[in-house]
Amino acid sequence: MFDLLGVPPQVLFGQLLLGLINGSFYALLSLGLAVIFGMLNVINFAHGALYMIGAFVAWLLLTKLGLGYWWALGLSPLIVGLLGVALEKTMLSRLYKLDHLYGLLLTFGLALIMEGAFRHFYGVSGQPYPIPDALKGGQNLGFMFLPNYRGWVVVASLIVCFGTWFAIERTRLGAYLRAATENPVLVQAFGINVPVMITATYGFGVALAGLAGVLAAPIYQVSPLMGTNLIIVVFAVVVIGGMGSILGAIVTGLGLGLLEGLTKVFYPEASNIVVFVVMAIVLLIKPAGLFGRER
Amino acid sequence: MLKTLLCGTALLALTAGAAHAQVSNNVIKIGVMNDRSGIYADLAGEGSAIAARLAAEEFGGKIAGAPIEIVVADHQNKADIAANTAREWIDAGNVDVIADVPNSAAALAVQGITKDKKRIFLMSGPGSTDLSGKSCSPYGFQWTYDNYAMAAGTARALVEQGKKNWFFITADYAFGHSLEDETTKMVKQLDGKVAGNVRHPLGTADFSSYLLQAQASKADVIGLANAGGDATNAVKQASEFGITQSGQSLAGLLLFISDVNALGLQAAQGLLLTTGFYWDTDDQTREWTKKFEAKAGRKPTMVQAGVYSAVRHYLKAVEAVGSDDPDKVAAKMRETTVEDMFTKNGKIAANGRMFHDMYLAQVKTPGESKGPWDYYKIVKTIPAEQAFLDPAKSGCSLVK
Repeated sequence: MFDLLGVPPQVLFGQLLLGLINGSFYALLSLGLAVIFGMLNVINFAHGALYMIGAFVAWLLLTKLGLGYWWALGLSPLIVGLLGVALEKTMLSRLYKLDHLYGLLLTFGLALIMEGAFRHFYGVSGQPYPIPDALKGGQNLGFMFLPNYRGWVVVASLIVCFGTWFAIERTRLGAYLRAATENPVLVQAFGINVPVMITATYGFGVALAGLAGVLAAPIYQVSPLMGTNLIIVVFAVVVIGGMGSILGAIVTGLGLGLLEGLTKVFYPEASNIVVFVVMAIVLLIKPAGLFGRER
Repeated sequence: MLKTLLCGTALLALTAGAAHAQVSNNVIKIGVMNDRSGIYADLAGEGSAIAARLAAEEFGGKIAGAPIEIVVADHQNKADIAANTAREWIDAGNVDVIADVPNSAAALAVQGITKDKKRIFLMSGPGSTDLSGKSCSPYGFQWTYDNYAMAAGTARALVEQGKKNWFFITADYAFGHSLEDETTKMVKQLDGKVAGNVRHPLGTADFSSYLLQAQASKADVIGLANAGGDATNAVKQASEFGITQSGQSLAGLLLFISDVNALGLQAAQGLLLTTGFYWDTDDQTREWTKKFEAKAGRKPTMVQAGVYSAVRHYLKAVEAVGSDDPDKVAAKMRETTVEDMFTKNGKIAANGRMFHDMYLAQVKTPGESKGPWDYYKIVKTIPAEQAFLDPAKSGCSLVK
């Protein structure tokens, strides 16, 4: 039996797997942010709040309408996406001509309003959301007990992440989108409705946040504060991966999840800053991020 | 004890000349200060203000012709905001007494100010034993619980069941360390041992890694030395990872009924915890809870019930001495036993600690619970002298 710095390998494998699970959340959320930044040049600070709303919509569907997890998985991102479309149409779209900062300030304000409203109506302790029956229980992997639900989260978010990457990097629609970011006027001249495309992109980006919220609901408390806790880390992930880079967001999300998992074994006290240490180092060495392009 | 009593009597004699009712500024102003928007807003928050109002109503809203007024403030869990609010209240707002103040850091700041400015401070929310220990004050009363009581009650019960090997998952700040230390002391005193600990940052969402380490330690008990969202997330994920099913016990060292409500019984069932108050204890608590619920829309936590009890005791003392002079009122509060729906025969010790019975409770299973908020089985009553730290050992300079 070999030990690594006093940590038995079973524990290490367990922690790496858990890191992967957390990493898939980071990937899913930072993917949405990256898509929005890449296409709209908006730093969407409301992403955490929309993730929270995604979880709350799932909870409301269950408690008010009796619609379970699988319904929520489809409906909640749709509702959050529509909310995003409304926000983009009525507010964000007015700011594209201005500096990035204005978009950031607007979305930050929106996030505070959304969180404040939910806090007012539902309190801060959070609401319980049960794990769906089909995914209850777990597998004994020898080195750890893996709850089925966590396994499902990894699979689901990996599928969504790579699906999104494929759609943007490898399909015709994705090509239009990428072209529209490079030169919107020219793309519009070819007869493509750029404003609609941008609105749809924002809606899709926040729908990803809503989906992450539904996936998170059975693991964490559905609480108005859940987004605030996560959003800063997710921003760091996007910065490390390179603002706007789709692949960067996915790979960095998973990688940092693993790194955080390891930190929790060797020096747990530092687990909430390790991501930011990496961010500082990356910014010093490669300011555009690991996968970003210098503009 | 004796010295304070003598001081009180001497002061009484000095001021006896002006015997008619004296209430400063002709209003008794109670400032309820707590977290109204953050993680402790559900266990204290507006509910504590409602509890204080219920106490005031019992006096018809006025004493000796002076109206009782209740003001509230949000300290946002920041010690500096708490200190500024306390100064402003006392210097400019004519506030006579400050109540609640969960979050020990904020409470320690307020304790310093109320001590200097001679104002009564009724602490229901904060848990640090320093408040009735080395930072005690002749005007400060710690009412509902403290870290020692929480740790001692739960730890003793589990060790006595033969669960002697402990592992701690601890929030990495002063409060978590203090809770872990108090519990460790109790466990070791009863011949138990500590297999290890892991410290997590405040506001952690994912506990799976720490839970796995706790599981690998093969300890009998996993002690959760954290609170609020940290504690609920840890409990919820422990059930997800099958920790309790595999024979390890989970001990929430500071869990409130609002946390259990948030968790749901499915995840929280079987947890052992110590509490200073449970709404469904007897007719008196149920009757008071009905009044509280009509205004708050939910059942009270022990912190909120404690605010009621402390404010009521304060007002009774004001009524008895016919003045809101802090020295006289504090002396009266110390010499009177606390009798209300919260406690019977509660006594205030020299260090400001209110001694009352605590309860060891176990969270019901979904099958045992008859409805919303029917959450606790009271396993046993912990007598006051066993529940709280001996004042002589508290390190408080007022204890002679």
